[in-house]
Amino acid sequence: MTANSFWLAFAIGFWLAAFWANVKLAASAWSESRVVRLVVPALFGITLLVLWEGIVRGLSVPAVILPAPSQIAVRISQSLPILWEDFVQTFVKGALTGYLIGCAAAFLTAIVVDRSPFLQKGLLPVGNFVAALPIIGTAPILVMWFGFDWQSKAAVVTIMVFFPMLVNTVEGLRAAEPIQLELMQTYNATWWQTLTKLRLPAALPFIFNGLKISTTLALIGAIVAEFFGSPIRGMGFRISTEVGRLALDMVWAEIAVAALAGSLFYGAVAVVEKRLTFWHPSQRRG
Amino acid sequence: METAATTKNGEGRAAAPRTAGHGAEPVIRARRLSLTFETRDGPVHALKDVDLDISRGEFVSFIGPSGCGKTTFLRVVAGLEQPTGGEILVNGMTPDEARRARAYGYVFQAPGLLPWRTIAGNVRLPLEIMGFEKGEQERRIAEVLDLVDLSGFGRKYPWQLSGGMQQRASIARALSFDAGILLMDEPFGALDEIVRDHLNEQLIALWKKTDKTILFVTHSIPEAVYLSTRIVVMSPRPGRVIEVIENTLPEERPLDIRDTPEFLAIAHKVREGLRKGHAYD
Repeated sequence: MTANSFWLAFAIGFWLAAFWANVKLAASAWSESRVVRLVVPALFGITLLVLWEGIVRGLSVPAVILPAPSQIAVRISQSLPILWEDFVQTFVKGALTGYLIGCAAAFLTAIVVDRSPFLQKGLLPVGNFVAALPIIGTAPILVMWFGFDWQSKAAVVTIMVFFPMLVNTVEGLRAAEPIQLELMQTYNATWWQTLTKLRLPAALPFIFNGLKISTTLALIGAIVAEFFGSPIRGMGFRISTEVGRLALDMVWAEIAVAALAGSLFYGAVAVVEKRLTFWHPSQRRG
Repeated sequence: METAATTKNGEGRAAAPRTAGHGAEPVIRARRLSLTFETRDGPVHALKDVDLDISRGEFVSFIGPSGCGKTTFLRVVAGLEQPTGGEILVNGMTPDEARRARAYGYVFQAPGLLPWRTIAGNVRLPLEIMGFEKGEQERRIAEVLDLVDLSGFGRKYPWQLSGGMQQRASIARALSFDAGILLMDEPFGALDEIVRDHLNEQLIALWKKTDKTILFVTHSIPEAVYLSTRIVVMSPRPGRVIEVIENTLPEERPLDIRDTPEFLAIAHKVREGLRKGHAYD
């Protein structure tokens, strides 16, 4: 048996074994336990990696087409300082800053829009229009305006997250029930009291929806914006230059970092959501 | 319109009579009160020429089929709806002034509790809005939760309680700021018979303890007869008052009073009134 067919056989064998194990676990008495609920997706992920490794080795796929997970892991471990520098540049400075500015601006705009029906008619279509602008077209312009460094990336992200956040918040501010609004009226509550004690809490599930959608948009925006000019660091910059040098393992290493950062970012927002909207039917337990 | 009414009301205040509304300054006074909604299918007369005086400490039920304007009348009293004709005074003020003066507590058909607040937090809501100080808030919350028999449940969330308990919490919330008038719009309509009986009993006890003026919308005849000092029978299209029936039942009302001939006689009178309303169709 050649090494190639060994790797293929191993990958398929592992896959079948994992398949069998997961079916057994899901049907077992402990299927609802915490450990099993972690083990099942973990096993699934590991199986994917093993299949990937086995097929790349077994079929001798060239590294330019698809490097094996082990090659990517080696690349990651050898390039930690570069990956960290890129991460800080793209994620912390570009994506996170833009995310915070964009979401805060959209939130405040939603409240202003709410106070003025005139703005609601005027601003929402304009926001819609801006959201329809392709980022591929606007990013180079923003790079011209704000320079090569992270500021232009933050600007791209701000524009990307603004509209989904605005629409969700405006929608959320309509979520309070008529009875609850009339109740506030019978108390002779001010607009501000009604906003802070009723309408904003009622809007939280919608606001978090916007915040979660925006996490992924922010990362995409910050990476893509770097394709149109950046200093010699950043995840988008690294991806575009390393592709040019056929160093696909480095490209995949950046992708791995981006996926991890994006998931953690989303997860962090979801955790805060769970704590603040515990009362919502979708979050209640039991 | 307003000045004429104020002079009428300047007669001075007598001790509040428990039952019939004669003599004393009325808490609520409606004269030829009308409200017409403009809809696509033409105008709808929700209220037409309603005349009614309600005195301090009365328990008045409004009964009639759907669309007879009983809820609309309550909403006009609360300033949630603007009348299109006639006049109405609440504590001698316009409904809007009365609302600003926080003259009433309103209990809606649904509890409308805020799910992110505990039961105590929900009762605290009007107190926060009206600017009661912290210690006073706590004192009142404990007091009204006790009144509606929810003392141990202050820390629960609304969705952890049954429908009947939620509605009781919403009554506690309406009582917390101690307004003189309690407006109740079919508060027990969505509850089952047994819970409803229990809440009716509690409501009578509470009314006796607090000496409030209660306006109570229902479409249950036994409920109206059991609870009220007077029963206002209304008919739809246009919504108007057919008859006002004095309830002669004694003040002490155990639940089984509903089997006495006297109770049945009054219930019969109400039913006759409702039938009369139908003859107008």
